[in-house]
Amino acid sequence: MKIVAIAGNPNCGKTSLFNNITGANYHVANYPGVTVEKKEAKVKHNGEEFTIVDLPGTYSLSPYSLEEKVARDYVVNEKPDVVVNVLDASNLERNLYMFVQFMEMGAPVMAALNMVDVAKLRKINIDVKALGEKLNVPVVETVARENKGTRELLDAVAKFSASQTKAAPLDISYGPDVDETLVKMETKIKDAGFMTAKYLPRWTALKYLENDEQIIAEGSGIGSIHQELVAMAEKLNSHIKTTQKTTAENLIADYRYGYISSILKSVVTYEDSPLDRLYLSDRIDKVLTNKLLGPIIMLGFLYLIYEFTFWASEYPVMWLESLFGWLGGVAEAGMAEGLLKSLVISGIIDGMGGVLGFAPLILFMFFAIAFLEDSGYMARTAYMLDRVFRIFGLQGNSVVAYIVSGGIAGGCAVPGVMAARTIKGEKERLITILTAPFMPCGAKLPVYALLIKAFFPGNESGMMLAITLISWLLALSIARILGTFFVKEPDSAFVMELPPYRMPTLKGLSIHAWERCWMYVRKAGTVILAISILLWAMMTFPQLTDKQLEVYESQRQDVTASYDKAVVEEGDSDAEEVSAMAQEYRDRLAEVDANEAGDALANSVAGRLGKVFEPVTQFAGFDWRTNIALIGGIAAKEVVVASLGTAYSLGEVDPEESDSLADKLVKSGWTTANAISLIIFTMLYAPCFVTVVAIRKETGSSKWALFTLVVYTGVAFLASIAAFQIMG
Amino acid sequence: MIISMRKMKDNQKGRIVKVNCEGELRQRINDMGLTSGTEFKIIGRAPLFDPVALKVRGFTITLRNNEADHIEVEVID
Repeated sequence: MKIVAIAGNPNCGKTSLFNNITGANYHVANYPGVTVEKKEAKVKHNGEEFTIVDLPGTYSLSPYSLEEKVARDYVVNEKPDVVVNVLDASNLERNLYMFVQFMEMGAPVMAALNMVDVAKLRKINIDVKALGEKLNVPVVETVARENKGTRELLDAVAKFSASQTKAAPLDISYGPDVDETLVKMETKIKDAGFMTAKYLPRWTALKYLENDEQIIAEGSGIGSIHQELVAMAEKLNSHIKTTQKTTAENLIADYRYGYISSILKSVVTYEDSPLDRLYLSDRIDKVLTNKLLGPIIMLGFLYLIYEFTFWASEYPVMWLESLFGWLGGVAEAGMAEGLLKSLVISGIIDGMGGVLGFAPLILFMFFAIAFLEDSGYMARTAYMLDRVFRIFGLQGNSVVAYIVSGGIAGGCAVPGVMAARTIKGEKERLITILTAPFMPCGAKLPVYALLIKAFFPGNESGMMLAITLISWLLALSIARILGTFFVKEPDSAFVMELPPYRMPTLKGLSIHAWERCWMYVRKAGTVILAISILLWAMMTFPQLTDKQLEVYESQRQDVTASYDKAVVEEGDSDAEEVSAMAQEYRDRLAEVDANEAGDALANSVAGRLGKVFEPVTQFAGFDWRTNIALIGGIAAKEVVVASLGTAYSLGEVDPEESDSLADKLVKSGWTTANAISLIIFTMLYAPCFVTVVAIRKETGSSKWALFTLVVYTGVAFLASIAAFQIMG
Repeated sequence: MIISMRKMKDNQKGRIVKVNCEGELRQRINDMGLTSGTEFKIIGRAPLFDPVALKVRGFTITLRNNEADHIEVEVID
């Protein structure tokens, strides 16, 4: 089966073209050893089968970014039968820069000339036939947005892959100085067979002159020829430096563009000057990136994404909750009391509910983000906010991840961490992922609400605003600290394209959002389910002994014995409204149940851990009950309030109605110092496990996932101790 | 007159004389087609006057002021 790799610049329509070819029916995996995604599909065309591989969108084949390395290595190592380079017809000059690099490599490259409609609109006339002749490869016109030219492209691919005469590697001239050295190096490489199994000799020589770290590192282990090549490159460079005040690397780039210009001279004609003409896109930019209006409109857009994500997913989340509630009810009614029932309800069904509950959020958030990206607005966000976020070692687009994570209180760090994908620099992306979870997400809010209600009554909204602002401040300062001391990746260059505005297609957005959502369910789902079961076990085992259970059983019998038979019957019935006596009977039974649950939790591994930590955590004002709740909070922050209720023998407290728990906390001796300490701890400590799994996935590193678990918890603890000791 | 790109005003046109940096930044500048002899036009700056946006070879790119410092240009008009 023949392999066809699809390559191209970002924003050239490569993704739409790939979707057209494959019918959006493809398999997503990662390239070996890295977090870059690889989309692959099998396609049948005129009875012949092809494997279509989508290479990452890049501007060149230099070894500076992960995407570029991946694209180049794939073409070198996997030797696809055809490389289809998608070219943006309205931006041909720059798009050909990478095309030329493919030709230098000797890759079997051909061109899909995409967006010919946009080029026509911009009054750019392209002689396609002449372009093909000049480049000496097949060129097919396409309009991927409208699925035009797909069939013709596949025809050409089939024909090109079958033809034996593949285009000869391109030997362009890089000027007399470079050419002279290049030929000498090429001969040396050829004679010695230096990496010739993998690379063309001339290409290896070129990479030595371009100071290509990857190729030079690869060659350095092979023998004396490496030193000779390095010496030749150095000699040429010092010559160029004295005579032309530049470097070989720069000269080569200049000559590549010179070559492209010479080809396009007879191929492309512009009806008006591209520098002066104001395209529609430029006119939109006059408003959207206006110094005054721009930031205001941007705030509006960010608010809209947030509102859209949580508004659109409200009902699906509710449906999923009722579905899992119903499943729980079925298990409750249909299964015999015991451990298996508890495992099914509290471990499996709640765990699955927890995993799938996030799915609608991820779906709609990525829909909104894909809209911003495909429309071209995301690049403007990065442009307008760069000056501010750069101070903290972040990038303008970090704002999206922050907002979704709870920068507007009530977000969720799971889609927030995933939203960091839109950030271009590796360092900035990593720091954003690591700091977004500090935002006040929807599950932390009930904890804050409970404590504010109990200890700062009457000033709820002011306190909530203060907590949100402090969270921003913390996230940004920690970003700065991480960037200075912990994250070692080099600063990345900012230079980027502001792509023309385009109306995204519904199909493109839906495919993108669905792909992300499905990846989350498939990849994160299993891990989170396993952790959910583990935490269930920690909070269940060891169980109370028979003797302890008997105590509660006899208490229940005492309660029952102290009421009339009629009252007991009424109380035990399913009726919702009962007489005052029967209600009293119910309440007393519930009290015994709550005490039993509290006792069982105290006796479990989690409870024992809580007590083990108490001698230390008391310095932060946390008793063992708080410790249990915080351990549970690592599974999901939603659990904190509920477990605190169980530990204080109030039964499971509904986070939305925590008045009784607030009373209880005040009565059991909590002070404002305890509350502030717990608020600070909640702000800073380990993200919930779902987020940790997302961090592991997005950074591709267990080290960083562990870092957020361990270091953040440690820092949170120290900060809480400080706060409690100062105020207490 | 040869100055650094940072010093150019909005809507001014220029021609690149030389790019004085190496490594990743130089590579990115090359990728975007900002090579010697290329004509471009400054089209604006972000709200805090950094980064700068310019038009080159028919599309728009943006770079930070401290990146534009490396680019020597000749102002055309």
